[in-house]
Amino acid sequence: MIDIMEGSHAIALAVKAARPNVVAAYPITPQTHIVEDISQLIADGDLEAEYVKVESEHSAMSVCIGASATGARTYTATTSQGLALMHEVLFNAAGMRLPIVMTVANRALSAPLNIWNDHQDSISERDSGWIQIYVEDNTEASDLTIQAYKIAEDRRIQVPIMVCMDGYTLTHTYEPVELLDQDLVDDFLPPYAPTDYLSVDDPKTFGMFADPNYYTEFRYQNHRALEAAKTVIAEVSREFGEVFGRDHGGLIEEYRCDGAEYVLIAMGSVVGTLKDTVDDLREAGIRAGAIKLRSYRPFPVEDIRSALADVQAVGILDKNISLGYEGALSADVKSTLYRTNNTPEVFSFVAGLGGRDIPKGTFVKMFDWMREDKKISTSEFIDLRTEILEFQEV
Amino acid sequence: MQAKYDEQSIDLLASGHKACAGCGPALTIQAILRATGANVFVANATGCMEIISSQYPQSAWKVPWIHSLFENTAAVASGIEVALKALGRSEEGKVVVIAGDGGTVDIGMQAISGMLERGHNVCYICYDNEAYMNTGNQRSGSTPLDASTTTSPFGKRSFGNDRPKKNMPAIAAAHGISYVATSSVGYPRDLTKKVQKGISVSSPAYLQIHAPCNIGWGFDSAKTIEIARLAVETGLWMMYEIVNGELVNVMKVRNQQPVEEYLKLQKRFAHLFKMPGGDAQIKLIQELANNNLKKYTVETQKEAGEIQT
Repeated sequence: MIDIMEGSHAIALAVKAARPNVVAAYPITPQTHIVEDISQLIADGDLEAEYVKVESEHSAMSVCIGASATGARTYTATTSQGLALMHEVLFNAAGMRLPIVMTVANRALSAPLNIWNDHQDSISERDSGWIQIYVEDNTEASDLTIQAYKIAEDRRIQVPIMVCMDGYTLTHTYEPVELLDQDLVDDFLPPYAPTDYLSVDDPKTFGMFADPNYYTEFRYQNHRALEAAKTVIAEVSREFGEVFGRDHGGLIEEYRCDGAEYVLIAMGSVVGTLKDTVDDLREAGIRAGAIKLRSYRPFPVEDIRSALADVQAVGILDKNISLGYEGALSADVKSTLYRTNNTPEVFSFVAGLGGRDIPKGTFVKMFDWMREDKKISTSEFIDLRTEILEFQEV
Repeated sequence: MQAKYDEQSIDLLASGHKACAGCGPALTIQAILRATGANVFVANATGCMEIISSQYPQSAWKVPWIHSLFENTAAVASGIEVALKALGRSEEGKVVVIAGDGGTVDIGMQAISGMLERGHNVCYICYDNEAYMNTGNQRSGSTPLDASTTTSPFGKRSFGNDRPKKNMPAIAAAHGISYVATSSVGYPRDLTKKVQKGISVSSPAYLQIHAPCNIGWGFDSAKTIEIARLAVETGLWMMYEIVNGELVNVMKVRNQQPVEEYLKLQKRFAHLFKMPGGDAQIKLIQELANNNLKKYTVETQKEAGEIQT
């Protein structure tokens, strides 16, 4: 069944369907509609969960840690500054292997203050030990919220997960959303039943300290779990497809990559525009293709190598920048291509920062540069308004 | 009424942990666990007590225990409490926070305020050893006036810490919670009784336990209890309860000792007895003690009413 609703409302309904025991969140634009809608669901008795209205995002994640360690299914949502404030708590949750699910309504980081979309916030938490999956539309965001619990709680991995959806572009947009059937969700996602949790019947110690004799092994196991998550993400995605009749792909989605000479990689809602651009170019006889990168961590090295095995040039769109180097996704793709049989030319584009729109024309420009083999810098800012720049380049 | 010790729970913190000989906070935790018994969930802030008890692959804790970070313990405890509620397990045990003064009055303040204001059924216990001892004796907001620490050292232009202790119990009480109490490791019966009261209410409670650190304060490890009692006998540490917002059960100091008796036993105050102007500082500290005794006075000592929860 399809209904037209706001992205945030779709997330709230998906959270309801996942039956979390504890929700803890602090309001921040553009995440607010999600937590407002969840509050209303609880106020109306439609969702039976304890909602802790915390005094900060730091405490939101901390409440989730306490609750998850006690055996509860937990949920939170945040964005931008809120995610940055959570920074140390994110590492802590991952290190304790607590399967917390969080929606990140992606937004730029200050300064200057900006409430609109890019991916700098979650990209900056790349190394926190959380799975990060970026979605293209609101049905995918809703479906992934259900999948996220199944992935995170999988005994083979036990790692927290961020469902990354573009702030405003998705959270505040009304579009048709495929609804989740509660009975199907209940079959697909049984209640959380951890083996290790805080209990007086079998007292356990959580969050110990490990000296140099043990710390590395903890980190190694955590790393292996993230790597193993590649299999779990793909499995869960397939299983979801079998049950619900729609599959959003595993770690990446290849779009018209068969026989493509020029492939552009992007994440998030802008992939829709990218796919349209690819269609236009194909019609014009240009062998263009696109890759939607869904799982940023774990990074789909094998899938990307395989998808790029025969292309001439690959472009990477980064809605983030590692200042002083280049976009993070670009750096990752480049290292993925190192010592492969086919090493395509790589073009790194930075665009769409702080909510700046990326229309089809911008994608066409990127494909043009790739086709012309134009020499560009390692972090080419597309659509830069040079006329308003005040500093002198040195 | 005397507090009853739960014999079975005497060593819920197993021996063999790594606390220093004479550690006031470790004695405090033993007393806390005797009061709570085994049906307790402990959320522990980063600090001495966390470090000495949880070095992988060993744990001294025979109760469910979690350490997350330094400043978020009140929020972690909030999470445990709501999870127990959501899972229908609230009867399983009481949630107790154990945190040092740094993790409480400084970096943990925001999370504590949130926990108290939201009314979680959590008993927050701060062991107050008056500085960041785990990192080597740096001053905290709970360090007393003129104590020399590594970040408030005495010197030609310094008598040590230039501020008196932050009044955290008053801040906790300002949240309108029904039970706030101070106690001291020098008075284990009082401590046990207050922990039992703190865990008996079904709303937030805040306890602050004075717990001397012989390493940081600089005294012989055999004198922990003596020092703790002198803090009370001089009027520098007050023992009281704030029940339903009302100050009650202030422990009377019958023969007030001069503060020198307390200060002279500790290396952190030794400079006051040697430096020019040190005597004037000791007078200031004496005034603080005298003011404490005036301030924490109830006209007629009365038993507190039933704690409203």
